[in-house]
Parts: sequence; C-alpha cells; structure tokens
Amino acid sequence: MDNLDLKKIANELRKNVITATFYAKSGHPGGSLSAADILTYLYFEEMNVDSQRAGDENRDRFVLSKGHAAPALYSVLALKGYIPVDDLKTLRHIDSYLQGHPDMKHTPGVDMSSGSLGQGISAAVGMALSAKVQHKDFRVYAMLGDGELQEGQVWEAAMFAGSHALDNLTVIIDNNNLQIDGSVAEICSPYPIDKKLEAFNFHVININAHDFNEIRAAFKEARTIKQYPTAIVAKSVKGKGVSFMENIVGWHGKAPNEDEYKQAMTELEKNGEALV
Amino acid sequence: MTVTKIATRESYGNALVELYKEHDNIIVLDADLAAATKTVIFKKAFPERHYDCGIAECNMMGIAAGIATTGLVPFVSSFAMFAAGRAFEQVRNSIGYPHLNVKIGATHAGISVGEDGATHQCNEDIALMRTIPGMVIINPADDIEARAAVKAAYNYNGPVYMRFGRLAIPVINNKADYKFELGKGVILREGHDATIIATGLCVGAALAAAEKMAKKNIAVGVINIHTIKPIDRKLIIEAAKKTGKIITIEEHSIIGGLGGAVTEVLTESYPVPVLRLGINDCFGHSGPAIALLHEFGLDAAGIEKKVSEYLKK
Repeated sequence: MDNLDLKKIANELRKNVITATFYAKSGHPGGSLSAADILTYLYFEEMNVDSQRAGDENRDRFVLSKGHAAPALYSVLALKGYIPVDDLKTLRHIDSYLQGHPDMKHTPGVDMSSGSLGQGISAAVGMALSAKVQHKDFRVYAMLGDGELQEGQVWEAAMFAGSHALDNLTVIIDNNNLQIDGSVAEICSPYPIDKKLEAFNFHVININAHDFNEIRAAFKEARTIKQYPTAIVAKSVKGKGVSFMENIVGWHGKAPNEDEYKQAMTELEKNGEALV
Repeated sequence: MTVTKIATRESYGNALVELYKEHDNIIVLDADLAAATKTVIFKKAFPERHYDCGIAECNMMGIAAGIATTGLVPFVSSFAMFAAGRAFEQVRNSIGYPHLNVKIGATHAGISVGEDGATHQCNEDIALMRTIPGMVIINPADDIEARAAVKAAYNYNGPVYMRFGRLAIPVINNKADYKFELGKGVILREGHDATIIATGLCVGAALAAAEKMAKKNIAVGVINIHTIKPIDRKLIIEAAKKTGKIITIEEHSIIGGLGGAVTEVLTESYPVPVLRLGINDCFGHSGPAIALLHEFGLDAAGIEKKVSEYLKK
C-alpha cells in the first residue's frame, strides 16, 4: 500500500474518531488523533491480522496500553472489517459493546483489555514471552503514551523485555508531550525517552509519528533486530489533523460539541478530497 | 503416632511438578521468591517453564495476563502480601476484568509467616480477592487439599487465587477417601451444640478443639470451607438450621474474609448468631508462628477457650 492510500485511511480513521466521540459526548480525541497514522500503518501494512480469522492463534497481537485512545483502535478495527463502522456511533453508550476503554471480551479484534496505564505493556511482554516459549513466530506490538511512562510498571516490563531478549516485541511511544494536567516535560519528565529505553536494552528508533516513510522504515527495521526488543519513539502532535485540537491539552479528554464536530469534519473532508 | 506435617507452599511446588507432567501447557512465574514460594521445586524439574520476573509483582501479573491470552496457563507466585496487596489493581484490571485463565499461588499468608512481622503478614488477601468479580478463592487446610486445589484450579477456566502458608501443618485429610470439589464445603465432624466453620490452617486446630470439647460433653460440629468463593451457601445454611450457632475461624482479618462471607450468607438467608474468630482488626507483629497463633487465639487451646465461653453465654 502506498503512502497516499495510507493517508486516506488515516483520514477516515480520524473522521471516525471525531464522529465516535461526538456521539459519545465524552472520550479522548486528542490522543486518538495523535495515534491515528501509526495505527493505520500497523493494521493495514505491518501486522499479520485478518478480521475473518480474528481468533487465529498465530496472528500478530496489538495492545493499546494507552487505552484511552480506544476511539482510534475501534476506528481502525472498523475500517479493517472487525466491526461495522456505524457501530462507532455507539461508543460509550450503555447498551454498546464499545466500552470507554478497550475490552477484549466484548469487542472483536481487541487482543487485551487495557486502560489502566502501565498495565498493557506487561501483557504485551507476556504475549511475546509466550510466543518464544511456544516457538511461534507471531509478533507483538504495544502502544504507550509518553505520560504513561511515569508509571513504574512500564519500567518493570521494559526491564523484563530487555533482559529476556524479546525481539518479537515492538513498543511504540506516542510522544505528543501532553497529558491531562499539562505538558509531560513539565509535570514529570520522562526525557530522554530514547536513552532510558536504550539503557533497558531496547533497540530504539526515533521517528515522526505522522510521516509514513519514517513509520514504514522503523517497523521494517524492527523486524530485522535480533536479541533486543524495539522501541519506536514517535514524535506526534496531540489532536493531529483537526486544526483547533492540535497541541491543545484541553482536547485530551473532551468531546467536540456540535459546532466543533461540524468544523472538524469539514476540515477532514477537505483534507480527504485533497488526497484524491 | 507420628503426625505428618507439611507447609501448603511445599504442596504447591510439588503439585506444579505433577501438573506439568500431565498438562504441558502450564508455565510458572515467580518474583524473586522461588525458594520461599517453593516454585523452586518446579524450577529444578522443568527450568524451561519457570520464569523469574524479579521483584516486580505488578508486571508479573500483567505478564501472566498476556500469556493467558495466548493459551498457556500461567501459575504466578509470590507472597500473599504482594500478590493480593501490592498487585491488587493489576489482578483486578489485567486478570479479573478480562476473566483470564491465570492461577495465583499466594504463599506466606496470615500471621503464621511469623518473624518477618506485620509488613509480611497478609491478613487481608481473602477480603481483597473476594471483591473481584469471577475470582475463585481456595484456602486449603493441609497438604492433601492443597495439591488437590492446584489441580482443581487448573481444571477451572478463569482466575483462581490459592492461599498457602509458610508453616508446616498436620495432614488432616485422609488420603484414601479424600475428594476435592471446587465450591463444596466438607463436614468433618457432626455436633448439635454449634458448628465451627473453619478454613486453611485453622481447620486442623478447630478439629482438635472440637475433640477436646467433646470430652466435656460439648458437641461442636466442624465444617471445612476450602473454597471461600464461590462459597458453599447450602452447607452453611444447613449448619445454621441444625445447630443455631455458628463460629467462623480463619487466619485472616475477621473483616471481609471467611467470617464476612459466612455472615453475608446467613443474614441474607437464615440469620443466626455468628462468632467470628480471626485477626480482630489489628496488625500482627514478629514472633514464632506457633506463639503468634496462640497469642491470637487461633490454636486449638485458644479456639476451645473462646468457643466454650461463647456457648456458656
């Protein structure tokens, strides 16, 4: 798939995020939009997954450790055929299977329930270890937020992955530098993220989270690395793709109102047309 | 007559070895306590299936959850204080919420940890684990029951919390006719004056106390509740109907453990007076296990004294 096709899908994904959070009247658009391009690449290029074989035990696994970006995960799962796109409008509703944070028991295609920060990466490490123990060649991907790096469990998991040479594990840090209370750097700095992960025996690649050439190169490189897990530190923009949401901390956990919804959708429609 | 004594943590280690010989889809995790939790027995037999996660219990629970999603059955092991206490939220959210097939072997539960003192004496784990929906809790009374519990836990599809002790305790169940049924209490002794409902290492002490009381013409029945969740409601209600008075005994806080569970059942279905014996809303302290059990009134002598006084009222 070429970059243009990926951009089109990512744009659709972003529209779905806006629609889902608008209908939910709550949720997390900012961190969903920053993750959109990488999720698109993972599901449409990188991972060996198929909605027709959702339970295949040899499939690649994805864990959204930053579970609040559930609207982005549900959107990519919808575009990939796991769930109907229309169902995204039921996000967070009382009778919906689309919970506020990913729930593996209720949503097809979700490999791990997540949302309590720091916990998803441990589960991904467990999956990667299990692949090694069972001599299976599936790969495991986990996406974390940069604020999430403040959880001590992340480093417990990193220590284990590094010391057990889990080269079938790729961790992506969605580095948009904003968390609920402000900038990640100011609240409790995780920087330098790359140096820290290197010290934990990770092979680290720094990229721009919105450049498909860099995304592609990073995931291809990760596949070639032996004996080390890979971490892709992806510099991203919170709210990416919707002008008035970009880099605004307030859009971490707030849904657009009707006017904002229309404005965001108009922008994304225009962007989509430009991609044709 | 020599009484065989064995700590249930030892039974856990032995049972894992037996289990793997029959079921090669298990994997054992520990957090730098393999020598103490006795998973070292398994490690020596099958090192390729034993992983030490280091001193990082929260991560270990998450790793177990991830493993469980891929079809292997992890047995995670640590002291009860850290498995149920420190890693509570990981057990709840990563294991309990997705109802994953993870078995938690929690050793060194209760005050009988002894000299390590209050920070290591977990008297709250049953209460904590009971609040997690779908969590099965087993608190075996001796070696035979502990080994049966490990097999039963394996055969159940979902999260199981198994509580083991550090102290070597007598074997009370007869090998020949012992059958372990998940969720079923066991009547060990009939009696019409009152019924003691005990769990874990207190079962043996309760039996000994009941025997002593029988010599003084006090007929106290003894029921062993090895599965605290789901609890055997029917048997508890029958005992209340039969004897009118219930005494619960556990090496755990009287709040939220066996005593809590039994009183919940009875107040809903057949209210009778219940005396809860256990750790009475306080912390423990350092000391030899036997001396601590005596101090807290959880040995046979203490149980006999408290139950006799209660029945005189």
